[in-house]
Amino acid sequence: MARIIVVTSGKGGVGKTTTSAAIAMGLAKKGHKTAVIDFDVGLRNLDLIMGCERRVVYDFVNVINGEATLNQALIRDKNCNLLYILPASQTRDKDALSQEGVGKILDELKKDFKYIVCDSPAGIEKGAHLAMYFADDAFIVTNPEVSSVRDSDRMLGILSSKSRRAEQNEEPIREYLLLSRYSPDRVKLGEMLSVDDVQEILSLHLLGVIPESKSVLNASNSGTPVILDEKSDAGQAYADIVARYLGEDKPHRFIDEKKGLFGKFFGSK
Amino acid sequence: MSTDSQQNITHSPALEFKSSTFSVPVLVLAGNDVIIIEQQLQDKVNMAPEFFKNSPLVFDLQELNKHDLDIDVAELTKIIRKLGLLPIGIRGGDAQQNQQALKLGIPVHSGHTVAASSETQKQQHPEPESQAVAATTTMITHPVRSGQRIYASGDLVILAQVSAGAEILAEGNIHVYGSLRGRALAGVQGNTEARIFCSDLQAELISIAGNYKISEDLNGAVLNQPVQIYLQNHTLVIKDI
Repeated sequence: MARIIVVTSGKGGVGKTTTSAAIAMGLAKKGHKTAVIDFDVGLRNLDLIMGCERRVVYDFVNVINGEATLNQALIRDKNCNLLYILPASQTRDKDALSQEGVGKILDELKKDFKYIVCDSPAGIEKGAHLAMYFADDAFIVTNPEVSSVRDSDRMLGILSSKSRRAEQNEEPIREYLLLSRYSPDRVKLGEMLSVDDVQEILSLHLLGVIPESKSVLNASNSGTPVILDEKSDAGQAYADIVARYLGEDKPHRFIDEKKGLFGKFFGSK
Repeated sequence: MSTDSQQNITHSPALEFKSSTFSVPVLVLAGNDVIIIEQQLQDKVNMAPEFFKNSPLVFDLQELNKHDLDIDVAELTKIIRKLGLLPIGIRGGDAQQNQQALKLGIPVHSGHTVAASSETQKQQHPEPESQAVAATTTMITHPVRSGQRIYASGDLVILAQVSAGAEILAEGNIHVYGSLRGRALAGVQGNTEARIFCSDLQAELISIAGNYKISEDLNGAVLNQPVQIYLQNHTLVIKDI
């Protein structure tokens, strides 16, 4: 049975698209046929992060409007042949999406794919609403700071009251917390909320912590999902997250500060 | 219950009428055989004698009358009293039954009945199989998230946290068995007897019958503590529990 995963946050700039690209790639690498859809119509980014921007012919809105078939619009990833990308339209806005149209496309994808990752736009308006409406699982991407946490909380409220599963009284969406741009050093200095602080406010199952990392920016600029950078801490964090999501038991990493050379010699305070 | 505003306008009045709401067990009858009723009621009382001892009770005849089953109100009252319960009202009776009740000094309550079973009893009822919360209580088991709003026409019981930016309103009491970080407004229709109970007070705003305090007004001694909040002389009192 296919599962629809929405990657959402409420707030912008927390790493939704980076996360969508990474986990879609991770799932595909694990042998599951996966599609990732960019719901950010008008502010298309996912294609850049996935490095397929020069191969976009048709987009999500074309398929909804019946101007192209799903197969024409889906772009096969160059790194993994089990991963397909459905890009957003850059020339339209969110009103081009309709609930009926989105539902039809997802139904069609469900026949062929194991996982469908929906990259939600920021905000709680139409685009974000449609991205989460049909979801089975939700990855809530949160940065360790108060406004991001509150927006995530708001998003969780919407998931539990306005999604299809909520409206039809089905089993609720499974919600997972992904804490991104985490910096243990700054937590220690009191400049950032800790994992425990965020957990206390959101009371949500923690799927993983993604450390603040230069490799994320490098990956975005080069158009390869950061999970493929196996040496980077962020890449490893996403690999752990995918493994945990698939049921593997992996201890959490990147929560405690790295000990520098001196720290190793003299012990941490 | 009824209010009367006729007051003696001379100096300080010796009495005052106030309207309040009570939670009273309702005995819903489904059969009219007084012997069986007595037997089964006795069984119920035996299960929780302390709870039923001198407990006020309203009996509801709506189900009986729906099926054209008549019952002798005088006889029924006698049984209820015999078992140590104090009948204080009849509900859903026909004209004759109401008349009979009034003669026995039992007031008649307006006919509309909530479609409830005999389980409509106080929630602290120790009897295991009828743990159902009284029909006027709204129970929420999931977290109330930022931006969500919950309104209860009776009491509101929340078994999870209430996030900052969420709003919970009840005409009756509010209980929060998680962290209360949002706004909680009890007695929103003016019930000054309503209270707020919470196990961890971090609220943005608390209000009872329109008397409110914002987060800034809460002193450190009560923050993050289990407290109850009630109204005394139009002032909110926050006390630890």
